[in-house]
Amino acid sequence: MCGNEVIGEAAIQAGCRLYAGYPITPQNELTQYMARRMVEVGRTFIQAESELAAINLVFGASAAGARAMTSSSSPGISLKQEGISYLAACQLPAVIVNMMRGGPGLGNIAPAQADYFQATRGGGHGDYKTIVLAPATVEEARNLTRLAFDLADEYKNPVMILGDGILGQMMEPIEVIGSRSSINGRIMNNEHRISKPWALTGCRGRKPNVIRSLLLGEGELEEHNKVLQLKYNKVKSKEMRVESVYTEDSDLVVVAYGTTSRIVRAAILKARRDRLRVGMLRPITLWPFPDKEIQKLTRKAKAFLVVEMSAGQMLEDVRLAVLGERPIHFYGRTGGGVPTEEAVLTAIRNVLKAKSKEKTIYEKSL
Amino acid sequence: MKKVFERTASLKDMPTHYCAGCGHGIVHRLVCEVIDELGIREDVIAVCPVGCSVIAYEYWDFDCSESAHGRTPCVASGIKRMHPDKIVFSYQGDGDLAAIGTAEIIHTANRAENITVVFINNAVYGMTNGQMAPTTLIGQKTSTTPFGRDIARDGYPLKISELLAQLSGSRYIERVSVNTSANVIKAKAAIKKAFKNQIEKKGFSLVEVLSPCPTYWGVSPKDACKWITDEMSRYYPLGVIKDS
Repeated sequence: MCGNEVIGEAAIQAGCRLYAGYPITPQNELTQYMARRMVEVGRTFIQAESELAAINLVFGASAAGARAMTSSSSPGISLKQEGISYLAACQLPAVIVNMMRGGPGLGNIAPAQADYFQATRGGGHGDYKTIVLAPATVEEARNLTRLAFDLADEYKNPVMILGDGILGQMMEPIEVIGSRSSINGRIMNNEHRISKPWALTGCRGRKPNVIRSLLLGEGELEEHNKVLQLKYNKVKSKEMRVESVYTEDSDLVVVAYGTTSRIVRAAILKARRDRLRVGMLRPITLWPFPDKEIQKLTRKAKAFLVVEMSAGQMLEDVRLAVLGERPIHFYGRTGGGVPTEEAVLTAIRNVLKAKSKEKTIYEKSL
Repeated sequence: MKKVFERTASLKDMPTHYCAGCGHGIVHRLVCEVIDELGIREDVIAVCPVGCSVIAYEYWDFDCSESAHGRTPCVASGIKRMHPDKIVFSYQGDGDLAAIGTAEIIHTANRAENITVVFINNAVYGMTNGQMAPTTLIGQKTSTTPFGRDIARDGYPLKISELLAQLSGSRYIERVSVNTSANVIKAKAAIKKAFKNQIEKKGFSLVEVLSPCPTYWGVSPKDACKWITDEMSRYYPLGVIKDS
């Protein structure tokens, strides 16, 4: 199965009751998979007239207490941002998949990681955060999709799965797991186990529930924002996930996520064969970002190298974590360009030779 | 002594924020009366729009959700698909339904979603200072048509109900008004039918209500009601547009 299909099946196993989507490459396999499978299992599939409609159908299903998901790729995710802001404001769970493609604008359909800012900074209007999970393999896409539904319900917050065209289209062997399974020691839920007393179900035997984000009373909205910020702090302290590869003895730590981390991993294995002391830190959650882990590494590592399929977006978070204590280098490709293992290896070698405090190595020719 | 009129149970006992002579208060009451007469208060889920009626949930004593501007029928559809046995309705103004949410209402109707829509047409954006609405009449002065709506500059008033009636997915569409006592009674009957259709799983039903906005029409409440008779209902004729 390809990454897109695996995410679809994982969502079904998680008890996703409504999926709404709109065609866009490179995530079409997911919408098509859901069109067949959701109907087969008696759930709701809607091909929406727009991304705006899709995210708001998800909003409605979520307000009704159901697990719901939508997916798209970069330009379509821009359209969904209005809805994501409302979901966050109304404290509604939802899962949004972004299989990123080259941008800005219509861009192209090649893989990219240029929506990092949009995903990790909220993306829409207002002070809010979306939990962002970045799988690197098809198997991890399955696991993180299951986790996404649980985190969304637990924190009543939208969760984004941030992949790219390669992850979405790539096929890898995968074991389909049941609706209630344990992944990395965590028992995954399906929706029947979650109580949602706030959901709109008709007010039989209780006071009416209201889902709202308009708070006009003096100070009301500020209070609401404080509640949200407290929640985000809790997410930060509890839900950060990261993978470390050879970081204990590394002079150079490469920071990369998603598809790029696979290329970096291969480059590092080669570098290690040449006795270069290089490792990798792979954020699995992009928000919350593993800033403390990076800060800890500044004690041992002499330098950092950030590799992304962007002009340097996660780079800013690494800078904020390192706080100027070590030089940070950057290697990026944009517009659908994918770094090669050789180019990353060259960047690693150059950085280990470099003497300047901070040097950006950026390949302009694509 | 016989009690001939009382506040209906679904309408909370509190003053509304609406201007004097506004039609929203009447339509809120009609919706609540219909819900109480059908005995469905505990099964109803409402979706409120962005616009003057954005805080309708303050006045209604049943489950309600807010919606982003114009996406109201999508939120209603999402709820209804999850709870097909509940009674879901959206309450939308002309800006919400016929401008920013045009695509959403057309496709919701076209999917034959089994929901009820109460559509308030007062020919202006009341919430934001009375700008031109898609339904503003030709020549009508608003804060963004200070010289009157001009066809060459602003295009034509949109007859969205007639447009929706063309769709195979729409079941019942009627235009009513609340500018006279007789019309209020007819409006209530139409709203009741639109809810009953949903209970009977007949599909998409919409009632357009020509509703006075004296504040932004710059006239007295009495003259606003007269303007609906003399001007508005000539362009937007009252009556059943579709009942299939």
